This record gives sequence, C-alpha cells and structure tokens, in this order.
Amino acid sequence: MSAQPRLVEVRQNVLKQNDLLARELRRRFREAGVYVVSLVSSPGTGKTALLEKMLTTLRDEWRVAALVGDLATDNDAARLARSQVPVKQITTGTVCHLEAAMVERALEGWSLDELELLFIENVGNLVCPSSYDLGEDLRIVLLSVTEGEDKPLKYPTIFNTADVAVITKMDLAEAVEFDSHAAHTNIQSVRPGMEIFEVSAKTGEGMDKLKQFLGTRIAATVSVQAI
Amino acid sequence: MHELSIAMSMVEMAAEEAARRGVKVSAIHLKLGGFAGVVKDALLFSYEVACQGTTLEGSRLVIEEVPVAVYCPTCESETTLASIQRLCCSACGALTSQIVRGRELEVVALEIEEEAEVECEV
Repeated sequence: MSAQPRLVEVRQNVLKQNDLLARELRRRFREAGVYVVSLVSSPGTGKTALLEKMLTTLRDEWRVAALVGDLATDNDAARLARSQVPVKQITTGTVCHLEAAMVERALEGWSLDELELLFIENVGNLVCPSSYDLGEDLRIVLLSVTEGEDKPLKYPTIFNTADVAVITKMDLAEAVEFDSHAAHTNIQSVRPGMEIFEVSAKTGEGMDKLKQFLGTRIAATVSVQAI
Repeated sequence: MHELSIAMSMVEMAAEEAARRGVKVSAIHLKLGGFAGVVKDALLFSYEVACQGTTLEGSRLVIEEVPVAVYCPTCESETTLASIQRLCCSACGALTSQIVRGRELEVVALEIEEEAEVECEV
C-alpha cells in the first residue's frame, strides 16, 4: 500500500536567515549612529570610481569606511585605500552577490562607534543583489550612459528595490548620444518618485549635488544617535 | 545566478522539517512574487540539482507565481500590474510605488508521505 501524500503548512521565508541577520545589522548600525549606503550596478558602471571620489570628498566631514565585494582579487580595496579611509575587501569566491552574513564577518575587528558613514559596494550584478538585504539605510543603483537608457526596463527588480539612482560617466554622454530624458522616464516607470543624480566621477560634474544629498541623510542619522 | 543557493536552502529547510516529523517530503510548495528577483525556470532547474543526494531526491517543486499588485493613492484601488516594467495603477494609469504583493519568496507547504510503519498502525 502506498503512502497517502498530505499537505502540511509551513510558511517560511526562504531568505529568512538573511533577513534576520540584516535586521540585526541595521540595529547595530543605528545604535552606533552609522549611516550605511550600498552601491549596486552591472560590472563596469563605475561603482569603484564613484566611491573613490566620494570617500575622498566625504572623509573630511565624516568618519567614513568602505566594504567592497568582488568574486576575486582585492584590486578594488587597493585602489580605494588611496583615499586613506579604512577599506576592506569581501571576496565572495563564486557567489554573485553580497549577503548579510558576509557584511557581518567583514565588520569584525572594526568598531562601529568610530564610524559615521559606511559604504558597501556590492558585486557587479543587476540581478542577484536585489533579493538580499544588507542592513543598509540607502541603496543606490548606478547606471552608466554607455549601458543604454533601457537598462531599468531590463532589470526592473533591482531598480525597484533601490532608493536612489545615479547615472554615471556623464562626461561620455554626448559621445554615446545618451538620451537623458528616456533614461529618467524608464527609471520613473519602474520606481516612481525615485531621486536621480547625474554625475561624472572623472570631471566631478554633479558630484556636489550627490554629496549634499548624502550629507543631509548622514547628518540626520548621526544627530538622532547624539540625542 | 543565486537560484542555486536559494534552492539549496529550501531543500535543507525541508529536509530538517521532514527529519523532525519522521516523514518523507514529496513536494515543496513555494509562493514566488514577480518582484522576488528569482527566475522561475532557473529555480526549477536548480531545485533538481539541490535535491541530488538528499532525502528530497525525486521530490517536486510546485511554484505558485504571485503577480505584483500595487495600491494607487490617486483612485484608492488595488490592482495587478500589467508589466513589472511599469509601476502604474491598472485602473487609472497613475504611477505608484506602493507594492502590496509580489515580493514573496516563501515556502508555504510541504507535501509529505508518512513512513510505512505509521501507515500500518492506522
């Protein structure tokens, strides 16, 4: 006689473990008064170039550090170390995204109380990072002018989970006939109301606006902690 | 492709549950939202791979797709998106970012078979 199959209700979020860890990280960041910004984009959009500029300009005002994720090599960390802020490389091996546990491990040995701002640069990938909460306050999605204006429509999930969009390599916009209006429309279509910045890490164009925006957010977090 | 690690954690979770209850799992029922960031076909493929060599080998993955639904503050209605490339109210067309459903990645039920000796007692 064969056994009768029956259904038992379970109801369990598959990423529960990651979500719980991310929640715990967020609590620790808040308690220490650290504002956390993550960067996601496809490979080659210019996350590291933007980050290098941001670290150099923000380090005078805030106590800042960065974690950078890649499958292999510590080239990015070495490059960012030039900005003279604490930087740690997370090498994921074959994993195509960062998870909360990797962030938690990378933070070991750092005292959060000594920080006010932490950047987390995700692995270059517009698909997988969208499902993983890292405990960040702000998720920035980057799109370079050389990638095409329809990228948000091709990867709606990651754009939808991000809070802010940054269009990079604006110095090349004219050469590649970048249609800024179309890019903005597509971003708004997948994430209505999203704030968009246009920058060039190379020339510095638009960097002030982005810096100002982040400054306001960081100040709010740090002042809440001070109270 | 993160579907393999997702499949592996599902299999692990189901195997633990099965061992705890002393049963065999013949299927996992999963709710998958359109905005979960997981590709159905890739997950189905990964599931088979993840099951190999475990107590779930030969089991099925039953996926219930959950369309993305949004709330529209303009006309105060809840509608299902026609496309995840355009977050707008299907009733009035206004853009809205208030997602009410569609991020699910949740195991809702396990289909189990009682072990033979339990059957005999009945």
